[in-house]
Amino acid sequence: MKKLIISIVLVNLLAACASEPKKEEAAPAPAPKAEAPKQAPVAKTEVDPLNDPASILAKRSTYYPFDVAVVQDEDKPAVQAHAKYLSEHANRKVRLEGNCDERGSNEYNLGLGQRRADGVNKMLALGGARADQLESVSYGEEKPRCTDHNEACWKQNRRTDLNYAK
Amino acid sequence: MVLRVLQGVFGLLLLAQASMAGAVLSIEIIGAGEHQIPVAIVPFGGDEKIAQAINEVVAGDLQRSGLFRLVDPAGKSPHEPAEVSYPDWQVRGAEALAIGTVAAQPNGRIEARFRLLDVVKQMELAGQAVSASEDQIRAIGHRIADLIYEKLTGDKGVFSTRIAYVNRQGKSFRLIVADSDGHNEQVVLAHNEPIMSPAWSPDGSHLAYVSFETGHAVVYVQSLYTNQRVALADFRGSNSAPAWSPDGQQLAVVLTRDGSSQIYLIRPDGSGLRRITFSGAIDTEPNFSPDGQYLLFTSDRGGSAQIYRMPAEGGPAERLTFGEGTNFSPRHSPDGKSFVFAHLNSGGFYVAVQDFQTGQMSLLTEGGWEKKPSFAPNGKLILFASEARGRGILATVSSDGRVKQHMFTQSGDAREPVWGPYP
Repeated sequence: MKKLIISIVLVNLLAACASEPKKEEAAPAPAPKAEAPKQAPVAKTEVDPLNDPASILAKRSTYYPFDVAVVQDEDKPAVQAHAKYLSEHANRKVRLEGNCDERGSNEYNLGLGQRRADGVNKMLALGGARADQLESVSYGEEKPRCTDHNEACWKQNRRTDLNYAK
Repeated sequence: MVLRVLQGVFGLLLLAQASMAGAVLSIEIIGAGEHQIPVAIVPFGGDEKIAQAINEVVAGDLQRSGLFRLVDPAGKSPHEPAEVSYPDWQVRGAEALAIGTVAAQPNGRIEARFRLLDVVKQMELAGQAVSASEDQIRAIGHRIADLIYEKLTGDKGVFSTRIAYVNRQGKSFRLIVADSDGHNEQVVLAHNEPIMSPAWSPDGSHLAYVSFETGHAVVYVQSLYTNQRVALADFRGSNSAPAWSPDGQQLAVVLTRDGSSQIYLIRPDGSGLRRITFSGAIDTEPNFSPDGQYLLFTSDRGGSAQIYRMPAEGGPAERLTFGEGTNFSPRHSPDGKSFVFAHLNSGGFYVAVQDFQTGQMSLLTEGGWEKKPSFAPNGKLILFASEARGRGILATVSSDGRVKQHMFTQSGDAREPVWGPYP
């Protein structure tokens, strides 16, 4: 099996090598000239959209009602945007960290947080992210953002964080 | 044990020496037993300082149980039966009298010779010599308190047992083993990621627990003698909720490697992994019955978290808790007749017990933030995590709900307590 994969990879590499000169040939001389002035300004503004505070990708957490693990409608556009980003940036990896408020046992919340993380994981996969870009873990109620015993606090703790690897 | 073999192979030396941490600051006792036994404890003869230290431990233990009223010796100090004038103690209302002597042995050990006398019947109830090294004077006191407790109540004492819990201070987590009164803390594991769910092996030699130090929840089993440990379950997702079978031959653990939290059995050496729940819901917090035949566990398979029971080898589960609210963290009583758990309703978390036969549930606490209860090995006390003055603390309640005590550790929040077995 391993041998087979290696040989397929080799074939692909060979194919890539073989096609490169063709592309160069196909691309006529005027093309680079025309593109050169365009590329410069694009390069200046083309920051990683992940680092753009105005991008929907700046939203890195999904929030939940009590004892619920399904991604809520208001969070779906952001999760779908992250899925698209991951599908276009194969080298990026993201850890999905499920968290809960303290109303449950620590162990039950560990399970609930895992379910929350897995729910986001599934939506990202459906949106085009590859399995090897995604890892879901749970912290249960062990890493609260806020520690008061009230809903204002609890709602901040019921979330899944999308934590991109640096 | 199988584990000992493994330690040599996979063992990881964590803390070469368990460090001594700060002692408990204070203990508050609330309530009293219905019938308190009046008992007088005469400071032992011999080395006054040692005698005083032992006396404090014995008196503290008996008082915390809520089952005894300490009678002031008021100037009388017999150390031998021949020196006892029973009428003196009858007048003071004492029903029992503890006397004795302490002395340093030639080998450096401290020996306490102790007698318990029945003041009413004017006879000796017990007599024993207890010895320990000089740094274990508290252990002598606990042993004597156990003997007094057993002779006067008919139940075995638990003052010589230990407890485990997690101390959280900011981002630092420490897994701690301490005497049942919170003294004599020893740090088993310390780092800056969460630690959860310590579980004693039946012989008290090992702790299983959950640590996040590698970035996700992993179950470890660690020797309390050598501090060496093995990663028992380190699969994809969360590995958690370890529970030992009464014979120590297997553990139930909860894994998410095949989807949602499900219960698996595994041997202490990591072999023989076998899934036993297939619900697709969250099945967690397994706890073996004392006879090893059943598992209690928490599941939301019915729509909300409730307590279920199933055969320990797998099979159909039966729901045990109904009514308003949700229920978590079930643990069998040592006699197997009831179970204790955390009940959550609109008011908060309470320690509750339910009788298997009647199905009757009763709440033992009213604080509103009480979690993770576990029975003392004699079934007479329940240890749980509570909150007071804005901090997580350890607390106990007698199984009849009458006597409560709060144990304030020096700093940080105490969480996830569990009572250990008899030594």
